[in-house]
Amino acid sequence: MDVTNSTFKYTDLEIFFIEISPYTFANLGAALAISLSVMAAAWGIALTGTTILGQAVSSPRIRTKNIISVIFCEALAIYGIITAIIVQLKIKDTQVFYGSDYFAGFAIFWSGLLVGFSNLACGIAVGVAGSSAAIADAANPELFIKVLVIEIFASALGLFGLIVGIVQANAADFGLNKFPLM
Amino acid sequence: MSTPGSLATFNINDGYLEGIVRGYHLNLLSGSDYTNLTQCDVLEDLKLALQNTTGYGADFMSDEHPPLYTTTIQEHATQLMISQFEYIRRNSVQPLTKFLEFITYGYMIDNVVLLITGAMHDRNIAELVNKCHPLGVFPAMEAIAVENQSVEDIYNTVLIDTPLAPYMKGCLTDAGGSLDEKEMEVVRNTLYKAYLEDFDRYCTEELGGITGEVMHQLLEFEADRRAINITLNSFNTDLQKEDRVNLYPKLGLLYPVCTEKLAKADDPEEVVKAVMELAKEYSKYMQSLSSESDKTLEDSFFEHEVALHQRSFEQQFGYAIFYSYFKLKEQEIRNILWIAECILQDHKNEINHYIPLDVVV
Repeated sequence: MDVTNSTFKYTDLEIFFIEISPYTFANLGAALAISLSVMAAAWGIALTGTTILGQAVSSPRIRTKNIISVIFCEALAIYGIITAIIVQLKIKDTQVFYGSDYFAGFAIFWSGLLVGFSNLACGIAVGVAGSSAAIADAANPELFIKVLVIEIFASALGLFGLIVGIVQANAADFGLNKFPLM
Repeated sequence: MSTPGSLATFNINDGYLEGIVRGYHLNLLSGSDYTNLTQCDVLEDLKLALQNTTGYGADFMSDEHPPLYTTTIQEHATQLMISQFEYIRRNSVQPLTKFLEFITYGYMIDNVVLLITGAMHDRNIAELVNKCHPLGVFPAMEAIAVENQSVEDIYNTVLIDTPLAPYMKGCLTDAGGSLDEKEMEVVRNTLYKAYLEDFDRYCTEELGGITGEVMHQLLEFEADRRAINITLNSFNTDLQKEDRVNLYPKLGLLYPVCTEKLAKADDPEEVVKAVMELAKEYSKYMQSLSSESDKTLEDSFFEHEVALHQRSFEQQFGYAIFYSYFKLKEQEIRNILWIAECILQDHKNEINHYIPLDVVV
């Protein structure tokens, strides 16, 4: 958005941010949401999957039950997809940028970042907990259900991030045409 | 990666092998398995009982026919342990590979001493090489077993290419010439002292983290045990007190204050006094030296060692479990051999004096 001819005196930093199109931030937010979530899922599956494989060689009975740790990690990638698709539907073309468009861009960026990083933390937590759960299950089958409760708490973290991220991105609306720039 | 990786990155390289080793650990013989073994009357029953366990499986010694010997059982059990070690070593990446190689250096030292001693007594080279522990083989082993070599000759021709080269420095300063039995013990202890110190340095400085912490505790006990055993074995021999000090590893609870006292000790009473004063953790084991007790000091040390190794499995994401598992497996093989010998010689009253692997300290 070009504001060099406006009557209002902007500082250089304000000009810097106004001249960057809000679409940059919006699309970057969508990209971060999905890519960080997928990284989280991959990391978690790597952590828990290797231990399940190793323990399953000597205790094959743990294979089926411990798939649930992998499913918990997979859910994080799904949260990322949900966020990315919901925000992408909000990115519409407009010709002139109003204040509400800049708001929309920032809202989507930070919601994507939020979902991405909270899923990353959750992925590592579920991965480590799942790895220890597999070892505990191989040693004593009665332990598994109890250890699973720990993993459930860990996977709730990703859900928290998803909820807050969606709420934050909901307020974004390209093309609302409110608050024209001076 | 040059370090094992923390909580969130260890499994990427070593998670599978950790699972494998923990699986091996679960299949070590349990209390009820040992009860079954002790109730056997002949070695064939022992073999059947072992074939019934998951750790050994139905293929264990399946092509061996009566009459069985205890050495056969030991050989097959050791072969099983070695195949487990080789599987882990082949599937490992650095730095786990280097860690596993460090474990083999201990066996290498025993092999070198065995070959040199055998050469002194003019034994057959091929026979000696067969008796070497397979985990400690290195190229050009036969070249050691040539008689009338001094330590420097052996170093320059063979050992300089092996990983034991840096540990030989302590031995080379001694006067050359032909070796005898007592000097070989000094050579063995000097090599092992350098090896323990190097292993400890590698674990705490290069690997660090959980591995360093747990390995440091395990190696500390090993060093303390060696210090006490060297002291007790050196009474009534020619080993001078100044030389004795050089054999104590520079780590452990007993180093440096208690080892100074041990170096000056003249009889077991002084050893007991020094240890009970300065190292309270071992004081309960010293009772077997001073009074008539059921257990020898060696057995008490074995039990303490087993408890420490079992405890190292409580930590995840560290390499110490690899070291501990193989030490526990060796102990299990020693137990099986003890039970087999008791069965063969009909000493049923001694048969329960094996070291149980579920002892808690």
